[in-house]
Amino acid sequence: MAEQQQKKYSKPLPHIDEENRPWWEALQRHELYIQKCRDCGWTRYYPRALCTQCLSARTQWMRCSGRGKVYTFTVTYQNQVPGFRESLPYVMAYVELDEGVKMLTNLVDCRPEDVKIGMPVEVVYEDVTPEVTLAKFRPAR
Amino acid sequence: MSLSRKAAVVGAYEHPTRFAPDKSMFQIMAESIRGALQDAGLTIKDVDGLCTTGIGMSGMGIVGFCDYMNLTPNFVDSTSIGGSSFVAHTAHAAAAIAAGLCSVCVVVYGSTAASSRFAIGTGGAGGGSDPCDQYEIPYGPTTVGSYAMVAQRHMHEYGTTSEQLAEIAVTMRLHASMNAAAKYRDPITIEDVLASRIISSPLHLLDCCIISDGGGALVITSAERARDLKKKPVYILGTGETVRHVADGHRDFLEIAAAQSGRLAFERAGVAHKDIDLAMIYDSFTITVMATLENLGFCKRGEGGAFVRGGRLRFDGELPCNTDGGGLSSNHPGMRGIFLVIEAAKQLRGECGARQVRDCNLALVHGTGGALGTRHSGATLILSNQ
Repeated sequence: MAEQQQKKYSKPLPHIDEENRPWWEALQRHELYIQKCRDCGWTRYYPRALCTQCLSARTQWMRCSGRGKVYTFTVTYQNQVPGFRESLPYVMAYVELDEGVKMLTNLVDCRPEDVKIGMPVEVVYEDVTPEVTLAKFRPAR
Repeated sequence: MSLSRKAAVVGAYEHPTRFAPDKSMFQIMAESIRGALQDAGLTIKDVDGLCTTGIGMSGMGIVGFCDYMNLTPNFVDSTSIGGSSFVAHTAHAAAAIAAGLCSVCVVVYGSTAASSRFAIGTGGAGGGSDPCDQYEIPYGPTTVGSYAMVAQRHMHEYGTTSEQLAEIAVTMRLHASMNAAAKYRDPITIEDVLASRIISSPLHLLDCCIISDGGGALVITSAERARDLKKKPVYILGTGETVRHVADGHRDFLEIAAAQSGRLAFERAGVAHKDIDLAMIYDSFTITVMATLENLGFCKRGEGGAFVRGGRLRFDGELPCNTDGGGLSSNHPGMRGIFLVIEAAKQLRGECGARQVRDCNLALVHGTGGALGTRHSGATLILSNQ
């Protein structure tokens, strides 16, 4: 963590606004949430103000266990975007959380060649800047 | 109230360039329009409708192009849904003509991606400012990576192999060898594809489309007017379009937009899969073709691997596919939807020489725009020369 604070973080950062602020602030507390509609029960990720199925604004925030499985992945060897082009290769994945939604993320703390679809994973929080924490996943211990 | 056979493609022209550092995008587009109008036997003065996209970031690009061409059309459409846009534009032009909004509509595309050194697939995906992007860009998604994740899942669920995907690339290259304008024409083998470096696993370099400069244009008019013109009309029988995306985190990755747009097009055209003589399938990557053929219903989901083996997609095979050489070998300046319609029109008119499909009377065109594994569009057309 200390090393990350010394080097300026050069990868793209998310734009945080009033619609998504609670979700990003939860990540800073190392908590992962998805949303569930209080009217029709539909679950959704990424966070939005309204339910897509019934347009209700009544939202329940569901705390996630942080556990899931790799649904699919790719080991990226070529990316021109500054920040990423210095970190090649890296693993992109969709993780299917135990709560039933898939989220795009990176797999870390494992060799790219060891990644398998179906592999159990757990969330690891990276405090990349004082304002932003990212949820990444590593093989479940 | 059906659109079927109300409109026809009467002009189709692919700009011969694949690298044009001396030309602007607009010049390529203007030259493409000239070529398509000559093909149709019409003039710029006949044109009262215009469809295009891919110009700048403002959303007003089509207005700038009208300025450049000094056009004041009665109908404009800059639907911007990625590479499939021009397939959708063809459908929209047909609808506009059928509704009496215009009578001669041009669809045009041009790009200098190669000479501008624009990294189409590996420059990072997502516009950056949409809500959905905020949960993706921090992780380094690429366009090729998005398609690669679909391929990876396809292999996991169905046992699809890299060899099966590679056969698609080999067939596209065979077709390109018969197309004088194609960028890459030397034959390749399955071994060549597998030996090419991995860009984003499991996709190799030769599983990915090329980067070229290029352009093209179509001229579309009413079926009635088409019958007075010099070439065999290419009637628009059926159309369909839609999108797919992350679906709140609930998406089945192996269902793509083609499942819906294809069903709409077939229903509206009133034809069956076995009637199709040619399939022009957007080939940004080999996986795009395989997933599209499955989702359109040419084979069952999961059977795409077996379906593409044994030369079925060859110009002289059971389901000729991308006889121009596709985006994998001929032409891909970033968005190649227009080339699908152009080649379909030429095949339906019998103009393709060495790569001509025998008895080619009914063609399906399917464009995919965006990133298959994150969010994309699909637009399908069914075209006939009868």
